[in-house]
Amino acid sequence: MDATGSGERQHAGARPPLWLLAELTYRCPLHCAFCSNPVDYTRYREELGTADWIRVFREARAMGAVQLGFSGGEPLLREDLSELVAAAHELGFYTNLITSGVGLTPQRAASLRQAGLDHIQLSFQDSSRELNDFLSSTRTFDLKQRVARTIKELGYPMVLNCVMHRYNLPHVDRIVRMAEAMEADFLELANVQYYGWAWRNREMLMPSRAALAQAEAVVDAHRPRLEGRMRILWVVPDYAEGKPKPCMAGWGSVFLVVAPDGVALPCHSARMLPGLDFPNVREHPVRDIWQDSAAFQAYRGTGWMSPTCGSCEHREQDHGGCRCQAFLLTGDAAATDPVCPRSPQHHEVEAMVDAATDLRSDAAPIRFVPGARHAGQLVFRSDENAPG
Amino acid sequence: MTAWTDSAQPALSTMYRLQWEETQQCHVLLFPEGMVRLNMPAAEILRRCDGRTAVADLVADLERTFGEADLHADVLEFLEQARGRHWIR
Repeated sequence: MDATGSGERQHAGARPPLWLLAELTYRCPLHCAFCSNPVDYTRYREELGTADWIRVFREARAMGAVQLGFSGGEPLLREDLSELVAAAHELGFYTNLITSGVGLTPQRAASLRQAGLDHIQLSFQDSSRELNDFLSSTRTFDLKQRVARTIKELGYPMVLNCVMHRYNLPHVDRIVRMAEAMEADFLELANVQYYGWAWRNREMLMPSRAALAQAEAVVDAHRPRLEGRMRILWVVPDYAEGKPKPCMAGWGSVFLVVAPDGVALPCHSARMLPGLDFPNVREHPVRDIWQDSAAFQAYRGTGWMSPTCGSCEHREQDHGGCRCQAFLLTGDAAATDPVCPRSPQHHEVEAMVDAATDLRSDAAPIRFVPGARHAGQLVFRSDENAPG
Repeated sequence: MTAWTDSAQPALSTMYRLQWEETQQCHVLLFPEGMVRLNMPAAEILRRCDGRTAVADLVADLERTFGEADLHADVLEFLEQARGRHWIR
């Protein structure tokens, strides 16, 4: 009996969005230097209201979307979050909350559970208070420990996410042990991807090849011991590995982001791409946006590809890599993602990675300074640091 | 990991949800940030993994419902796979 399901792909053509990511707000109490939100997030302050969000959920669900992520910014800053979760749950979505934990009091967590929230992913910055608080430029380490217990007590699986980079890769052993001590079921070690604030801070965040290799070896050494208790996902650092990621499983393929101001995007950072007019859910039905808008069709399928990608045997697997990365590195969003060794600009990525060094002990001190906008060259995400 | 016995009572793992998807015309298994489409036999087996039904009764129910005999080995093989994928426990 072949009963293993038919995988996670559908036939080509007008397949529906399966994943709806609702970025409820760009507001966030944290100031992480690697935040993936746009650096000009302060321009998009007019957030969708409750009724608009619920209409978006209904329209996306009618098209076949099944997974709904509540993200941000910090989604807990929305006072209507429980109401939105309840509506999504009633529509049959599997609901995921992606949170820093700030604001997740036991009462709030219980209310979300009651509303039908299926899953909580909690972010961490590091295993140490010092570095966690420094990188987020907030005093949040102890709070996250408390929130982790709250999540566990409600019977949720413990899913931890930690963005990995030059500062915390040397701590990976302690990060794994911390997750284990917290009885995490799943640990996502998300090597930093260079968009938004992380792109702005790329020189400070980029680890050396040696640091990456050492960290991965440490993770692999832990795996057998943790078998059956905690799974670890090591998100491939694509710059260093020279392997383009199948970004969003293809443009306008399964993933639909709705930004706080209602702009519909094929990925978190696509708004910065020039020449594309991304429709707003305030003005257009989700179905029209997904199926007919020029922006969602721009890089769908393989017709837009450069000869390098269009003739490549991996084009249906990696979709030419990431459009935003292609734009950031080459100025052309339709170019082959330069992390690919077949890209004419690949040497530039290699040079960036080769230039990365480990943190020296005489570097700027890693110390949380309340209200700091910078630490050396590292720029914290903040309203003051956003371009006007 | 020991094999499933006839008296074992498999249950869907916490946070996994089985539901019919009208637009996809199939059952799907949903879990944190993921989805697997199920074919009909897989869905029929998993629907019966309610933590109360013994494997022997689950097999008998399937044989009765679909008018087939000798499903025992096939069902056990699937249950093994499903456990390997953390779908059931």
